[in-house]
Amino acid sequence: MKLIHSAPLDYEKIGLVVGLEVHQQLLTDHKMFCKCPAGLYTNEHDGTVLRHMRPTLSELGEYDGTALMEFKTRKNIIYLLHHSNTCTYEMDDTPPFLVNQQALDVAIEQCLMLGCDIIDEVHIARKQYLDGSIPTGFQRTAIVGVNGKLPFRGRELSVTQVSVEEDSCREVSDQAHLIVWRTDRLGMPLIETVTGPDLRTPEEVEEAILLIGRVCRSTRHVRTGPGASRQDVNVSVAGGRRVEIKGVPYAWLAPALVHSEAWRQVNLLRLRDELHQRGFTKPEDIVVEHADVTELCAESNLKVLREEIWQKHIEHHDWRPGFELGKGRFCVRAVKLPGLNGTLNWPTQPDLIFADELRGRLRVIAGLSQQPILVQSEKWPVYKDSRQEMRQLLKRMRCGADDSLVVIWGPEQDTLTAVEEIRLRYVDALDGVPHETRQPLPDGTTDFERILPGPDRMYPDTDSPPTMITRERVEGLQADLPSPPWERYERYRRAGLPDNTIFYLIRRNGADLVDEIVAKTGADLRRVGFFFGEELKGLARAGVNVEAIGSERWLEFFSQAQARPLIWEDRRQVLRTLAAEPEADFEDLLDDLETGAPRDWQRRLDDVLATEYIKHGAAEPEKRQRYYLGVAMNELRGMVLVADVAQALKERFNG
Amino acid sequence: MADQQPMEGYRGRAAEKLGEWRVRTWSEVCVVNDAGSEFIGVILPRSETFDDLHIVLKQKTGYNVGIHVDRVREIKELGYKKAEYKIPEKEFPRNPGLPAVTLLGTGGTIASRLDYRTGAVIPAFTPGELYGAVPELADICNLTTKKIFGVFSENMGWPEYCQLAQAIGDEINAGADGIVIGHGTDTMGHTAAVLSFMVQNLPVPVVIVGSQRSSDRPSSDAALNLTHAVNAAANGDIAEIQVCMFGPTSDSYGLLHRGTRVRKMHSSYRSTFRTLSDIPLAIIDRDNQTILHPDYRRRDPSRQVKIDAVYDDRVSVLYYYPGMKPDLVEALVEKGYRGIVIAGTGLGHVNKPLYPALKAAIAQGVHVVMCVQTLWGFAQMYVYDTGRDLLDIGVVPLDNMLPETALMKLGWVLGHTDDHGEVLKMMRAPVSHEITGREPHNGYIVLQGGLPEVQEYIAGHWK
Repeated sequence: MKLIHSAPLDYEKIGLVVGLEVHQQLLTDHKMFCKCPAGLYTNEHDGTVLRHMRPTLSELGEYDGTALMEFKTRKNIIYLLHHSNTCTYEMDDTPPFLVNQQALDVAIEQCLMLGCDIIDEVHIARKQYLDGSIPTGFQRTAIVGVNGKLPFRGRELSVTQVSVEEDSCREVSDQAHLIVWRTDRLGMPLIETVTGPDLRTPEEVEEAILLIGRVCRSTRHVRTGPGASRQDVNVSVAGGRRVEIKGVPYAWLAPALVHSEAWRQVNLLRLRDELHQRGFTKPEDIVVEHADVTELCAESNLKVLREEIWQKHIEHHDWRPGFELGKGRFCVRAVKLPGLNGTLNWPTQPDLIFADELRGRLRVIAGLSQQPILVQSEKWPVYKDSRQEMRQLLKRMRCGADDSLVVIWGPEQDTLTAVEEIRLRYVDALDGVPHETRQPLPDGTTDFERILPGPDRMYPDTDSPPTMITRERVEGLQADLPSPPWERYERYRRAGLPDNTIFYLIRRNGADLVDEIVAKTGADLRRVGFFFGEELKGLARAGVNVEAIGSERWLEFFSQAQARPLIWEDRRQVLRTLAAEPEADFEDLLDDLETGAPRDWQRRLDDVLATEYIKHGAAEPEKRQRYYLGVAMNELRGMVLVADVAQALKERFNG
Repeated sequence: MADQQPMEGYRGRAAEKLGEWRVRTWSEVCVVNDAGSEFIGVILPRSETFDDLHIVLKQKTGYNVGIHVDRVREIKELGYKKAEYKIPEKEFPRNPGLPAVTLLGTGGTIASRLDYRTGAVIPAFTPGELYGAVPELADICNLTTKKIFGVFSENMGWPEYCQLAQAIGDEINAGADGIVIGHGTDTMGHTAAVLSFMVQNLPVPVVIVGSQRSSDRPSSDAALNLTHAVNAAANGDIAEIQVCMFGPTSDSYGLLHRGTRVRKMHSSYRSTFRTLSDIPLAIIDRDNQTILHPDYRRRDPSRQVKIDAVYDDRVSVLYYYPGMKPDLVEALVEKGYRGIVIAGTGLGHVNKPLYPALKAAIAQGVHVVMCVQTLWGFAQMYVYDTGRDLLDIGVVPLDNMLPETALMKLGWVLGHTDDHGEVLKMMRAPVSHEITGREPHNGYIVLQGGLPEVQEYIAGHWK
């Protein structure tokens, strides 16, 4: 994947530092803290619960940053329940059952694969999330391993910690003050692998994501498919702050996202310097003035500023007071930013400006919903009499040449929250880069998701006792561990397999079967690897039901092919028969196929030559020879080795 | 506490190990294990029920880990900071225009804050603390709080009931416009029942409230329940002993249940409290209340509250089961019990082998009354022979009184008299709707999931 944005950056010079949090669902029968089936997704529901999240008081007796933000948004949260995959635990109406030991085993395996030191006594903690993604308001999570290492580009990628945790709900919709979640995924066990801040370029990030993915899949006990693995990418530049890009869906998207975020931080640091230069250094230096300008805009040619358009917006979305809709009448509010002219158009990410930073916050925190969320004097939209209308507003707010103006609209209460949020975003700008969680967009940029919560949101889960992990348990799991992907990679590469084939085999859990076949039948690693990594896809495309062939069958096939080269040469036909009759006896099937050289094969070869000669006449001898070999093998494949037919042909042409 | 017991919860080998490296709970340390892994964090107290093989550390990342003593190679103390269990108080704003509500504490946690360093949950109780946690309360009333005692709900008992009844009387006489009682939910129904007898002729509402999800959780029902209860106490018209808890499990509205008819029906649901054999008194939310039950005692500040806090705790419930042996009854009598509530099957029945024992008990002056273990419906012992036999023996039916309510009432009645006739008369004379003459047809509704019409109802309403 090429970077979408061309503006180059010297990553070393700006001090780019990136770390990963890779989430991987584990392959278990049940969820982590209840007996619901894991991996059973539904798109319908037969029950709903309405909840709100209330921040708990932190140490200073104040709500902590994230908590405060989430509370301000006053989100109504709806959970959709389906009886097939949700019980009263997911609804937060039953305490957790004892932790799923199968999940813990798989997590330990993962830790061992990542070279981690296993924790002796695992303690479940609660990590607060007030966005509603988990009905309890916290995620149950526990560290299982620490201090792992992975070989990476000739150095080491450190794994700080691996934790096992319950997955969250799936978001269905998020409109203004209402967010809707589906609970089917909630509670499924996953592991979170946290790497050290060891990555230095966007390309390294993609590579590291793929590496960790291969490690996870090597255990065979993880889920695959959409959403089964998701990563958060933590990015900072020198002087900036850690920003978490949450839920990056594809490894190939990571380089563009990291590049954009690096640009954003560099630009925000420049904005900080600019603000300092203008004399804005302390929070109290940022003063915003605002006024209700609903009447002034009542006849505006910018339609979103007119109440009747707002009413249509509400009707169109079917928004209900007390659910989606914020409090108060429709209000257009002008916000004057004294001395801040030029900052709204300040570049941030490629093709984005500081006003977009405000948009993100206003959308999430104030619940403003109607695009474009805000309009502003430094880039006023163009429409009939637009200049005149802007001048009117600037005059009404007594804006001078040094000032900027932002206009927002929506329910009155939300516009007031928005004013405060604009001020707070500028206060953050004084400091450079705010701690944020950002959501990835398909174009490689990011948008505000929420304030990044600190470690101050963790506390012990008093509902769950700790679990002692005995040395015996760890050693037992260690003994059954498949080889790590880098060890396998080396072995396969030496055997002559191409990288793509190797990674494909490891990702699809195919490498285990390859190793088993090689070990048990003595088959050539390159041949078996290439067969499963490449050829099998072709067979499947040709309509052969290769899934029907079990691992025992594959072993049988390869050991026969080892003993009788003819079988290998005729493998397409043999496998077609095997796949069609998965229960039949192997030997019987081989008997049905003509697998011995018929006595008259030399004569049959002559017949072929005679017919083809009449059809095609004479051409260059070598070409002709190759052509005849192909035609003859159509008749003799599986009965006579290619080498023997080739030899017979050679004798005829030369003789 | 840490000063006297620097090894809180640690014993045996774990305590030895801490001593060996001269560290204690609340020490900030770096522990190195045999794999060379370093753990930096605070040594937390350990539950005494856990083993003596692990040291628990709260790491900087917020995660806790337990480190096996055999794997410890080094512990370095980096600092020491004892957890401070204190909530900064904010002054509860007074508004002369708002009603005065007193919150009586019995030990349940109504509000709390987290100490993130240790993960400890610290209760908030004074008006100032509560204001910090649930600031909405200041919009409803002027709040006073009094901690009567601190016990878990399951440790409530007769002396506590009396103390609580007296405290209610004192507060009302001191001019409170309403009383809220913070209470654990396990035995909330028992307390509501007994207070219905001990506190009579109420001029103002008395509302018992608790939570099913502790207040340290973002999803807790505590703050909303408390807000509902304070609203009911401050502005409500129902001058009775009531329980105020969630209607549905959703954050939607609360219900006010009459103290003698309410029961906890699920071990963990938010909507666990239900009124049995009748409908709840009212629906309540932050701002409004809607009366559902036409028959209730109205608020009247001129009424004089009557506190009648007496008891005899020699009472018990026998939950009848097939094959029950008479020696259980005999044992109770032998141990000096004066009153027995039988939770009988069906319309109020027990098996024949129990008859002689019951007869003997009654002959010795023990008061035996009958309720139904079906919870809904009446003890109608005149219908079948078994019932008629028991009536002949002298077992007295209590109609549709709930078994727990009957137990509470029997203890309270025996505090007044031991005269058999008088006891039975008092038991059968309703004080606060503990026996109702009629059961409305909507007094018994346990919807059956799976039925198409019920599924349709569930799909259209908040659970």
